[in-house]
Amino acid sequence: MTADAPGAQAPLLVLDGVTKSFGAVAALRGVHLALHSGEAHALVGENGAGKSTLVKVLAGAHAPDSGSMSLDGQPLRLRGPADARAAGIAVIYQEPTLFPDLSVAENIFMGRQPLRGLRRIDTAAMNRDAEKLFQRLGVRIDPTRPARGLSIADQQLVEIAKAISFDARVLVMDEPTAALSGVEVERLFAVARSLCLGGAAVLFISHRFNEVFDLCHRVTVLRDGAWVSSDDAADLTVDEVVRRMVGRDVSSLYPKQDAELRDTLLEVRGLTRAGVFTDVSFSLRGGEIVALAGLVGAGRSEVARAIFGVDRYDTGAVLVAGRAVPAGKPGRAIAAGMALVPEDRRQQGLVMELSVERNATLARRRALSRLGLLLGGAERAEARHWTRRLQVKASRLGAPVATLSGGNQQKVVLAKWLATEPRVLIIDEPTRGIDVGTKSEVHRLLSELAGEGLAILMISSELPEVLGMADRVLVMHEGRLVRELPRAEADETSIMFAATGQGATA
Amino acid sequence: MAHDSLYAAPTTAEAEPGAGRLAGLRGLVGSWDAVIVAALVVVVLVASLTVENFASGRNAQFLLLDLMPLALIALPMTLIVITGEIDLSVASMVGLCSTLMGQLWLSSGLSLELICVLVVLLGAVLGAVNGLFVTGFGLPSLAVTIGTLALYRGMSFVVLGDQAVADFPADWTAAVVRAIPGTSIPVVVVPLLLLAVVFGVVLHATAAGRALYAMGNNDQAATFTGVSVARTKFWLFVVSGAVCGLVGIFWTLRYASARGDNATGLELTVVTAVLLGGVSIFGGRGALLGVVAGVLLLGVLRNALQLADVDANALTIVTGSLLIASVVLPNAVADVRARLHRRRQRHAVAS
Repeated sequence: MTADAPGAQAPLLVLDGVTKSFGAVAALRGVHLALHSGEAHALVGENGAGKSTLVKVLAGAHAPDSGSMSLDGQPLRLRGPADARAAGIAVIYQEPTLFPDLSVAENIFMGRQPLRGLRRIDTAAMNRDAEKLFQRLGVRIDPTRPARGLSIADQQLVEIAKAISFDARVLVMDEPTAALSGVEVERLFAVARSLCLGGAAVLFISHRFNEVFDLCHRVTVLRDGAWVSSDDAADLTVDEVVRRMVGRDVSSLYPKQDAELRDTLLEVRGLTRAGVFTDVSFSLRGGEIVALAGLVGAGRSEVARAIFGVDRYDTGAVLVAGRAVPAGKPGRAIAAGMALVPEDRRQQGLVMELSVERNATLARRRALSRLGLLLGGAERAEARHWTRRLQVKASRLGAPVATLSGGNQQKVVLAKWLATEPRVLIIDEPTRGIDVGTKSEVHRLLSELAGEGLAILMISSELPEVLGMADRVLVMHEGRLVRELPRAEADETSIMFAATGQGATA
Repeated sequence: MAHDSLYAAPTTAEAEPGAGRLAGLRGLVGSWDAVIVAALVVVVLVASLTVENFASGRNAQFLLLDLMPLALIALPMTLIVITGEIDLSVASMVGLCSTLMGQLWLSSGLSLELICVLVVLLGAVLGAVNGLFVTGFGLPSLAVTIGTLALYRGMSFVVLGDQAVADFPADWTAAVVRAIPGTSIPVVVVPLLLLAVVFGVVLHATAAGRALYAMGNNDQAATFTGVSVARTKFWLFVVSGAVCGLVGIFWTLRYASARGDNATGLELTVVTAVLLGGVSIFGGRGALLGVVAGVLLLGVLRNALQLADVDANALTIVTGSLLIASVVLPNAVADVRARLHRRRQRHAVAS
């Protein structure tokens, strides 16, 4: 399966003790990585393990706080993406960023088009050069066609063509296969293997273990921003990799109290949206917190948005307390007693320019009206009540919500939805980007709300949070619900197995 | 910081009400609205002293009559701009409604009462076409209403050609310019004031008004809060069209003339007045009282310049300059303020 071990010679690219923090959050903590020429190297880890940050460091988008990098034994300092490109490091992202209205060749040679007299672009030469690149890759794409309408796979091939036109020696591919079909993956891998044979190093990031073991010679595991291990793929098994990805203690930070289970409040039947999620069915009872776990991109947030009516779905039904809620109408979902604390606080949860008071009462604006009139006092009193209960720290209720810290903004979103006195609370990444103190406040609040009889659906990418808070765990993989784990059976390994598609057969 | 209970200690949360009100007052004094009101006072004073006949009762009556179309259309325009959209087809809707009123009077034999109702309905339909393109097909309102600006104007010339209908009953044409007995205030100001109060209450004291500000700032967050963004915007365009129908009737009767070129260029004046009134062209910010001040300022200024025999082209130049100033100046002022604020903070830290 693996080519002859290229480990004998000196590594091409070395990262040593690379550290990167964002505020109080350490995204990378002393990461080591050695890439050899001719090697395909896999980088694996959970959501938030630091893979994306590492990719951005290699791309020159983030400068590491400490640690060193070297290329060919020479110290490497990247002051920006241009430096990375000049050093021969090319990054291909999951979603390629081509200019849709320019031709394929123009995309490849953007900013360094071959010129002829009077600085005119030599289109013929450009197309010829692009054609040569595609021949080297062994693919057939017309260089003169616009990038718009190319499949994701072909767009990635254009990006790879761009990379080899820079004579890139290190090719970083960040989950390139997430949107590809089996045939397309095979073609991409053929290209990657031929690049390796040509002496390049490929860093391959993926959640799909069969692909990792199919393509890669070595596997590096990251966890919580720290380096765990680097081994030859031949010495590893899928089980071992998963154990290394998740191996840590479940912290006792997350106290979900047992609550009496009440009637079924939310029922989701066969929810399907073509290409996004398929046949999702589950139910929630009052008093329980159910976690929806899975990898980023598994379709969890999309399901939540469809249930709440922000997005449409093709088939299926949503019932609150036994009564059907019409599709595509958030207003009706709210009236039925649903609340959604969305994933993206700044874009979806809050109107950043409006005051704390307006934001906190926006979902209750009709209920607070008297004879259709909404007069100052009612909103202020309501906002004061809920901001006190949640201990929102703001200079005043009239201050724009943009001036608050992330944790306090999240509390305002929670206040806004708790004020509607929901029966079903859907909460997407409840503690993303907020400090530890506020985190435990939010967890305690969720536990209390469940105790009061709410049904809570919690989407979280943080496994400790899922394990600490959830009475049951539903695991999604590529748009489908693949496992349901009661609290007793849920642990990090069982969830990760299911989330990476391994547990589906178990 | 101790987090013993979620229900504890009211000390952390926000705001004594007094502090908020005081800050609001301070904000108002230094605000754009105050600048506009001050400019209005200055223009009135200077014009009274220097322009002959400006301070007469007769001129006040004409001024208010001239102001009517601008003031009426500015009401729905304010709401539309606050949601982040714009309606540039208003003047052409007035023109088309006016010519249709003339054509119906000329050839249909219907009573003028019925014709007026039909014209307002027609305006609503024209607005609905705008609304459908903007919300149904998701097109930018700027592009859609520039298109209908040309389309509706063209149609109004199709309806009447370059002829004018002028033989409206004298009691109707006299009624729209009549003053309230004993004053020089035209009677039509009364329905204008009523409408202004209705729009002001809707914008500032109803659930729907809150939704308008929310969607103007961030329509995604508004959607996630259960606001029907598309439906609301659609109905705003319908209301805008209906008000243009009303203005079409007023315009036709006041000048006793239904013509294809009625109200040409009025959209420029309306948008200028709304932006002068402190409504943000980017949506999400503004108040109706500010717009009332903006309408008055623009109306008084144009009236004074007309009395002073300034020609029409110069008036357009003034209006255009004010439009640009009202977009540029508030941003520039906010910029300077932010810089001053930062400097003050630095000093505070340093000392």
